[in-house]
Parts: sequence; structure tokens; C-alpha cells
Amino acid sequence: MLAITTETPRIDCLAALDALASRRTDQIVVNTMVTAREWPAYSRNEDLDLPFIGCMGKASSLGLGIALGRPERQVLVFDGDGSLLMNLGSLVTIAAARPKNLVLIVFENGVYEITGGQPVPGQGQFSFAALARGSGLERVYEFDALEPFVAHLEEILSGPGPTFVCLKVAEVGRRSPKPGRVMGEAARRVREVLAGT
Amino acid sequence: MATETRTEAALSAAGVLRALKASGFTDVVWLPDSESGFLHQALAADDSLRLVPVCREGEAIVIALGLTVADRQPVVIIQSTGLFESGDSIRGAALSFGMPLLLIVGYRGWNYGRPMTDTAAIYLEPVLNAWGIPHHLIESDDDLERVQQAWTEAVERAGPVAVLVGQEYE
Ligand SMILES: Cc1ncc(C[n+]2csc(CCOP(=O)(O)OP(=O)(O)O)c2C)c(N)n1
Repeated sequence: MLAITTETPRIDCLAALDALASRRTDQIVVNTMVTAREWPAYSRNEDLDLPFIGCMGKASSLGLGIALGRPERQVLVFDGDGSLLMNLGSLVTIAAARPKNLVLIVFENGVYEITGGQPVPGQGQFSFAALARGSGLERVYEFDALEPFVAHLEEILSGPGPTFVCLKVAEVGRRSPKPGRVMGEAARRVREVLAGT
Repeated sequence: MATETRTEAALSAAGVLRALKASGFTDVVWLPDSESGFLHQALAADDSLRLVPVCREGEAIVIALGLTVADRQPVVIIQSTGLFESGDSIRGAALSFGMPLLLIVGYRGWNYGRPMTDTAAIYLEPVLNAWGIPHHLIESDDDLERVQQAWTEAVERAGPVAVLVGQEYE
């Protein structure tokens, strides 16, 4: 297990988003919290982006529903660690539903960054990768450096899911811009695009 | 007496399943309650509706919205307790997505119009009313046309509508 401490080398969150954006093709991206605010600067396909900040913890559930409804289309979920802690059962639900096209990436920065960087409970003492495996997920990755993550990205995106990835990231460390689009609008736009394809 | 005829009238799992299929539902996102065992057997034995079991009802609401985004027609089946549990999902997603959603909610403690003692029943309609979610009671197979009516209403309103199940399935 890679514990998060102040000395731990961490991935630059924005560099990870950049890497994801450059390899993303027609995947639907559901994201939340800091990644939802920062992603628009990197995304090249906003019509398929669904920033989901409506109810904390449920981004993985939204991604699961879309993935089950459109099995031929890959769905990427960028989750926050505090958010995933709020909905850990969704790991079991996802493992049970076995969507081949779902990739759940948790950005583990050890804190609730949006609300000011307060530590999450048990910061550094638990392992999302172990929780994912223990929930019945089989394709589980964990990275604490950008290079191996980037090196594995193609494998992560091409293999059969459900796939779980834990990225040990540093806080972005600035006030991220508020999302420009209203969530319901984005959801309806993604629905429209999917209905037309 | 009205009460007697009501308790005698049955709500059948087969009838509910027929009503769901007739209204075009494709997926059932659900967490069981003690009243709905027969419904589970009927659903599990029927391939035309996909069953998506969840660990917590708050997941169910949002998974169903995800399925709706993907152009499917899911229904959420939970107990009133689970509706309370999923409050933030209803507030922050179901009421703000602008998409139809049918919730079939087991009315635990419903007492056929007589005073209720179970808080899972007492708070149910006031909470739905506070959210502005329309709700309709079904107590027997005779009421099952309300499933289609509720779905039509959900589509027209582009939001959630609840069907409250006041009877155990047989
Ligand atoms: C149910 C609920 N509880 C608390 C909050 C307040 N809140 C908003 S953002 C946030 C922190 C999110 O943390 P995390 O998921 O780790 O993402 P990060 O901000 O680090 O990207 C909290 C606690 C909320 N919106 N909803």
C-alpha cells in the first residue's frame, strides 16, 4: 500500500488530467469536485463531459448507470477521495454489475480540497486499491508517479473493465474555477449526443 | 367495509411486472424491502427487465439517472426508509437533471388510511410534498394503471414522480 504522507511524492493532478485528455477519444467523462473544475481547460470533447457536483459521492453511481445503458461506449469517472469514501458501497455495486466499459479513477489527494483542504478521515491509513480488490474488482491500479500512470494509460483504457485506478495526487493548491455549465444542461446534452449515435 | 375489501384485494408481483413492461421500463434499480420478496422472484425470473441491485438507495437514484442519460428507461424500487436515505441524491440530482424518473416506494407502515405509527410512513408524504414530488398510492392490482399514469406525469414534468406501494406483493 502506498500511504499518503506529506513526504510522499505525488502526481501533479493537472498533469494527470492533461494525460487523460490527450488519450481520450469518444469516452464519456463524469467528474466531480476539483477535477470537474479543472477538466474543461484540458477536455477536447465537452459535449461528452458530465461534471457532476449535484450530490457528493455519487459520480461513480452516475458513471455506472451510463456504462450499463451504453455498453459499447467507455465511461471514465474522475472521483474525489472524500467523495468515494462517502459511497464505498458503490465499489461493490460496480463489481457486481461488471460493466466492461467503466473506468473509475479516484484522485486521492488526502483532503477535501474544495472545502479548504481538511484531511479526510484516516488519511494515509487506508488503501483504495485494497478496498477495490476487496469489493470484487479485479483490474485495479495504483500510481504515485505520473510516468508509470502515463505508461499504463493505454492498457487501462483498452482492457476489459470494470477498472479501478487510484492516483496519489498533490492538491492543485489554488482556487479552481467554478464550472461554467449547469449540471442538468450538461446531462441533457450528453443524453442528446448519445441518443443520436 | 372499505378496510376489509382493501386488505383482501391483492397486489401481485406478476401484475406489477406486467405494468412495468407495458410502460416500457427496461431496468429495475433496486434494494429490497420485506414486502417485496415475491417481486424479486418475478423480476429475477424475467429476462426482459434488467435488475441492478445496489448497496444503498442513494446510489439507485443516480444509477437510474445515468441509465436515463444513456437513453434507457429505468425504474427505482425502494422502501420509504431508502427514500429518506437517498435525500441528497433526490435533491441534488433527480430534481435538477430535468429528466423523468419513476420511483416505486414501499410505504412501510401504511395503515390503509387509518392513523399510522411507523415514522417510515408518517414522514413519507410530507417529505415528498416538501420536494414537490407528485405521488400516487397503489394498494391492489386494480390500481396498477397508476404506474403508466405516473410515468406519463414524470415525462411531462421531466422530473421524479413516486408510486407508493401500500400493500405487500403476493
Ligand atoms: C453530502 C455532502 N456533504 C458535504 C458536502 C460539502 N463538500 C463539498 S465539496 C467537499 C469536499 C470534496 O472532497 P473530495 O471528494 O476529496 O474532492 P476534492 O475537493 O479533494 O477534489 C465537501 C465535503 C457536500 N457537498 N455534500
